[in-house]
Amino acid sequence: MHSDPEAIRKSIRSYGIVGGLLLVFTAITVAVNQIHLAVPVAITIALIIATMKGSMVASIFMHLSHEKQWIYGALLLTVVFFIVLLFVPLATVSDTIGTPIGR
Amino acid sequence: MEIPYTVEQRPDTGLANGKLGIWLFLASEVMLFGALFSTYILLRVGAIEWPHGELSVKLGAINTVILICSSVTMVVAWAKLKLNDFAKGRLYVLVTVVLAAVFLVNKYFEYAEHFAKGEGPWHSTFFAIYFTLTGLHGLHIIGGIVVMLYLAGPGAGLWKKNPEQYANRVEYTGLYWHFVDLVWIFLFPVLYLL
Repeated sequence: MHSDPEAIRKSIRSYGIVGGLLLVFTAITVAVNQIHLAVPVAITIALIIATMKGSMVASIFMHLSHEKQWIYGALLLTVVFFIVLLFVPLATVSDTIGTPIGR
Repeated sequence: MEIPYTVEQRPDTGLANGKLGIWLFLASEVMLFGALFSTYILLRVGAIEWPHGELSVKLGAINTVILICSSVTMVVAWAKLKLNDFAKGRLYVLVTVVLAAVFLVNKYFEYAEHFAKGEGPWHSTFFAIYFTLTGLHGLHIIGGIVVMLYLAGPGAGLWKKNPEQYANRVEYTGLYWHFVDLVWIFLFPVLYLL
């Protein structure tokens, strides 16, 4: 974390730039939506842009680009459990994949 | 009794206790919203058809812009405090509160419109997950407003006694606020656009 006043002043400028970029990416997301692409393509593009925006918020606004090891460790564990969580519902239907609905 | 490591860093973690605490809290929040996103995916994949264009993209986009701006004002508030500019620091916290309130007003109009058309959570699976996700997110916005109002109001007295600790509190609130923004960054395309 910065404590040098000059570094903090530079940070304020970078916060403004990142904020502007986030607004541009939001406009791109909405514009892409107006094109009416195929659903899989639209989902992929929207999620890629959202991930880029999320990364910018986390790394710059939340200062994750220069944090301590303990924070990274806690977040790594969270990511692992989050991925497990995302796939838990699949386990409830994995034995019925390929089975016609309503049989 | 004095609480240790509110400003100085612990020798074992290299962090003040509040910093590690807020990150662990945010980790639990990731799991909470993660569970709901997982539910959304399961419901959507299992649905025979999924409604499209039910929500106002314009209002959703406006709220995205508002939250992004509020994230900028919140991080600038912390930076101003680090530069020993309390007046501007508090002003930026209050601007963040105003932006958060505008977000909620927009949400109110959006909800009111859906309820007027009978599109409550009972209407369909889509509206059930929409109201659950955005309702929980809205509660987080309200929570953020309460904390920020405390920091700008009665909690501001700490600046005179311990400015570093006050700046840390604003930083931790900011981390929470950016997380709330981050959740919306994913909610907007998932619910409004796809």
